[in-house]
Amino acid sequence: MTEIRYLAPRTLEDAVSAFAAAQGAASGTARILAGGTDLLVQMRAGVVQPGTIIDIKKIEEVTAITEQPDGSFVIGAAVSGATLHDHPRFGKVWPGVLEAVNLIGSKQVQGRASPGGNLCNASPAGDSVPAMIAAGAVVTVQGPNGRRTLPVEKVPAGPGRTTLTPGEILVSFTLPARPAGSGDAYLRMIPRTEMDIAVVGCGVNLTMAGGKVTAARVGLGAVAPVPLLVEDAAKALIGSTLDEAALEAAAAACRAACNPINDKRGTIAYRTKVAGVLLKRTAAIAAERAGRK
Amino acid sequence: MAKVHVTTTINGEPTEFLCEPQQSLLDALRNNLGLTGTKEGCGTGDCGACSITLDGRLTCSCLVLAVEADGHSIGTIEGMAQGDKLHPLQRKFLEMAALQCGICTPGVLIAARALLEKNPNPTETEVRFGLAGNLCRCTGYDKIVRAVMDTAAEMRETAS
Amino acid sequence: MNVITPTENKWIGARTVRPDGADKVTGRAAYAADTTMPGMIWGKVLRSPHAHAIIKSIDTSKAEALPGVKAVVTAKDIVDFPVDKSVMLGIQDMRWMCRNVMAREKALFHGHPIAAVAATTEATAAEACKLIEVEYEVLPHVIEIEDAIKPDAPILHDFLKHEGKPSNIAGTMVAKLGDIEQGFAEADVVIERTFRTRPVHQGYIEPQACTVSYAPDGRATIWSSSQGQFMVRAMTSLLTGVPQSNIRAIPAEIGGGFGAKTIIYLEPVALLLSKKSGRPVKMVMSRDEVMRATGPTSGSFSTVKIGAKKDGTIVAAQGTFYLQAGCLPGSPLRGPVGCSFAPYAIPHVLSVGYDVVSNRSKVAAYRAPGAPLGAYATECVLDELAEKLGIDPLELRHRNSAKTGMKAAYGATFNQVTFEETIEAIQNHEHYKSPLEKNPRPGIKRGRGVASGFWYNAGGESSAQVNLTEDGNVVVTTGHPDVGGSRASIANVTAELLGVEHDRVSVIIGDTASIGFSNLTGGSRVTFASAMVVTQSVEKVIGQLKERAAKIWKIDPEAVIYENGACRPAGPNAGQFPPLALKDLAAKANETGGPIGAGVQLNTQGADPGFATHVVDVEVDVDLGIVRVLRYTAAQDVGRALHPSYVEGQIQGGVVQGIGWALSEEYLYDRQGRLDNANFLDYRMPVCSDVPMIEAVVLEIPNPRHPQGVKGVGEAPIVPPLAAIANAVYDALGRRFYSLPMSPPKVTEVMDMKLAAE
Repeated sequence: MTEIRYLAPRTLEDAVSAFAAAQGAASGTARILAGGTDLLVQMRAGVVQPGTIIDIKKIEEVTAITEQPDGSFVIGAAVSGATLHDHPRFGKVWPGVLEAVNLIGSKQVQGRASPGGNLCNASPAGDSVPAMIAAGAVVTVQGPNGRRTLPVEKVPAGPGRTTLTPGEILVSFTLPARPAGSGDAYLRMIPRTEMDIAVVGCGVNLTMAGGKVTAARVGLGAVAPVPLLVEDAAKALIGSTLDEAALEAAAAACRAACNPINDKRGTIAYRTKVAGVLLKRTAAIAAERAGRK
Repeated sequence: MAKVHVTTTINGEPTEFLCEPQQSLLDALRNNLGLTGTKEGCGTGDCGACSITLDGRLTCSCLVLAVEADGHSIGTIEGMAQGDKLHPLQRKFLEMAALQCGICTPGVLIAARALLEKNPNPTETEVRFGLAGNLCRCTGYDKIVRAVMDTAAEMRETAS
Repeated sequence: MNVITPTENKWIGARTVRPDGADKVTGRAAYAADTTMPGMIWGKVLRSPHAHAIIKSIDTSKAEALPGVKAVVTAKDIVDFPVDKSVMLGIQDMRWMCRNVMAREKALFHGHPIAAVAATTEATAAEACKLIEVEYEVLPHVIEIEDAIKPDAPILHDFLKHEGKPSNIAGTMVAKLGDIEQGFAEADVVIERTFRTRPVHQGYIEPQACTVSYAPDGRATIWSSSQGQFMVRAMTSLLTGVPQSNIRAIPAEIGGGFGAKTIIYLEPVALLLSKKSGRPVKMVMSRDEVMRATGPTSGSFSTVKIGAKKDGTIVAAQGTFYLQAGCLPGSPLRGPVGCSFAPYAIPHVLSVGYDVVSNRSKVAAYRAPGAPLGAYATECVLDELAEKLGIDPLELRHRNSAKTGMKAAYGATFNQVTFEETIEAIQNHEHYKSPLEKNPRPGIKRGRGVASGFWYNAGGESSAQVNLTEDGNVVVTTGHPDVGGSRASIANVTAELLGVEHDRVSVIIGDTASIGFSNLTGGSRVTFASAMVVTQSVEKVIGQLKERAAKIWKIDPEAVIYENGACRPAGPNAGQFPPLALKDLAAKANETGGPIGAGVQLNTQGADPGFATHVVDVEVDVDLGIVRVLRYTAAQDVGRALHPSYVEGQIQGGVVQGIGWALSEEYLYDRQGRLDNANFLDYRMPVCSDVPMIEAVVLEIPNPRHPQGVKGVGEAPIVPPLAAIANAVYDALGRRFYSLPMSPPKVTEVMDMKLAAE
């Protein structure tokens, strides 16, 4: 049996060097442990057998929530959904992102699961990702060559794969400051009311002025190998009053963006249809939150 | 395999144990510490039978490594009653027959306590969503939901 | 509002605290996986990676050489029952059980046990399993019924013949009444439909587990989770060759069974591993193993045809039910064949069932085995018939209800039929009378449906022992694992009959060495049967108490009565003595003749069938195809509710399992014949937020053949929900669903087809 090492460094620098060293070593792969709600399940199933587990929860920066003076938010990659829920301000500014993060698993899972883990697990169906994409979140990663930032939608590379390079660790998400008249929302379709993986997930982020949409971003999950930024759907919404024609055009753009698979959770036809349905419903909630002014 | 020394607090008692690095907290509670009140129904975080609190936060002990408990405080079903005095939820579950086979009951009670600590006056919908992570196959949930709501009402009365 | 008949009783019908309750809310109760033994090691099973394969060779040498490994077991170690001679244990054929516990000639499903290892740690045992080298010859596999009955289907067992040829149809069952051709000729309206259901799992939260200690003197002790310690003893004995007298089976608290734990998987394997290793062996299934390798209930492919006169009189009913057995014979044909038409007075009935094997895990019993899928077909056809005839669906059922004294197609003559009462309870219920807003919001449609159900119920062998303690309290021992509160009911009966306070009665479940033979917890028999044997035991104890009082008073025992917990002189002629309470007599037991206690062992008779009628309101999100249950009311005749809370609990639990079956649960296989959703994430049982409160309308019509009037309760409630929900979805959407589950993709597909057609 392979020897497993557990490390809990207190600084990012230590974590990165341990991660890089372990990935280079012959003793097998290394895994970053945030909430662990995916990693422990994969270890138990034998899908991954890490030689080294690096727990990043003792690092302050990855567990902090900070509202910056300019109104932007920095969310540590390992912040749990329950912690984010308890933040006095975050849910007021980004209700859609919060509801997406809070849909990752049950209340029990919420006590551990983090948006960083959700992103790096790279499931096409991760709930927080479409909402983060819609929010225009930018992630900060740190690796052996230092720090870099990239848009959240650039992280997933395919089911179970990310674009992070060896030794790189996801540090945080930065969500931009909100102009007045902004609102976001996230809806997903699941067969039950809870405890399911999204069959389709849809995040919409709008800014409205004078009853018209002035800015929009749309994220879709579980309809392609990676969560999608659907720019055509956003274009269809921008400039509109969210009238039925604009909503239908955006829904059609969502359907067109779909490239799903048939699997135990849903069919191609069903997922494609639902992507359009959810776009309309999510946009309506986001508009409500934006004040429809 | 080299074992790891863990220093933790379980139900208020300082506790030390040795575990393997990949061992789940659930496994350590049950097999290293003899705390078998916490149950395993799935091992994948989908049934809630292994619910515990970690620093007061509800979680599934099957999704936590035992080594992660180091320096933290754990609450299990064995610590829910105070001596021979049952927690109001435990008492109501008995009075209102909110259990049949009882295997999900420890997890449901831990989750219900966490729910009421956050929300002392939940609606039926809030109770149902608050307990959605706890599968029960016997009761159809009816009597569980009623018992939690009744307990909440009684605890509010006692508090006021 | 629950209809509880007011009674004079103090404890029967009281909502007392269950005897095993405090242990269960504090984490003390010991379930199968909670037992440990000094020196205990861990057993693990190596399972087939193929759906269908010949096992050419098994080499365990590398596994045995791994440090920490103490024993390895293969099919060679299990007693073989040749396929040409049936050996039955209850309804289980040991030819199939021995092949289910460990694959013999072939691996018949993905997950079929091939070998087992015991080692000092669970991880070492798992590692050793990987070192076992198995040479397979992979064969074509077959999963679905329609494929398995095709002429060119891969044949699982050459020795199974249907109509003279090797076939996957392992057996048939027929129930007949009258002349079916004549019946349909008399009908004005005939409706015939074909239905499909998927296998669904019982979904108990506690995986199978056991600890077995085999001592050098050849005696074995088994701690395990089962629905019958005597079944565990007998089946383990048959499969290992260890005589029953050398096996003590101790029932752990059982974390749910619903029928599934009426057979075993691990115990014989653990016993043999313990025997080989000289160490106690613990085995615990993972959830993945439970889903993959233990029995769900059958999927089905059924055709039901019903003919009626214009006035609504049903004259003929025909059912053809193909059921998936899994890899070895044994579908619950009796369920659909016997139950489907049993509630109705139909002169001409032909009901035929086919037992079909395929490369899936062997099915196990699940709550009213087979009856729900038969009722799904029958009760949906009745709904169509009612619509076509312009008769209220409940009225149609009421008009055609079977009557006391009638003979059912399955052979029995009914002693007591209480079906009409359950229909009337729903007809008169506020739920059924209240209007339902069919289109509350754009995109949302609502509907209401009804359906009924039947279950045989059962009696059978039970034993009880009632002993008085020296301090004047009562200990009752029965022989059935308590799955849902039967100890609570027995405590109520005992306290009532002995006239003592409830908290002076303890009820425990004995092991196979401490109580007489008791048949399985199943068939909705336990409360019925154990209340009967406990009543007779208590009557004997009361007889002893009267004798002791008579001895003290020096009068004839005939002149003593027992009332309100004390012996009293029967009348003035008997003499003037102050009452002697149970406590006083217990204290004087030794000087009056010795310990007081009595046991009764009986093959109980007189279990009348259960009837249920349900009404449900559903709401459909049309664009997403999501069906949610808004309101549910279930009426059932329970005979007598010894403990109303646990009677309601049975009904509520059965209904929610039915909701899962109707809407979200199913076994999904991939192209290689591997189960694709062997976990609670993708095998979607209802969670708390999926369901509303379930109103149980408890009708108490005493069973005249039981001392307290008890009838079985647990199974009938899962029979109607499938059809009731399908009928409600039809009411909402105007489209009938002939296959379950009514999952969102299926609902939208049917609705899109409807739109295209319109």
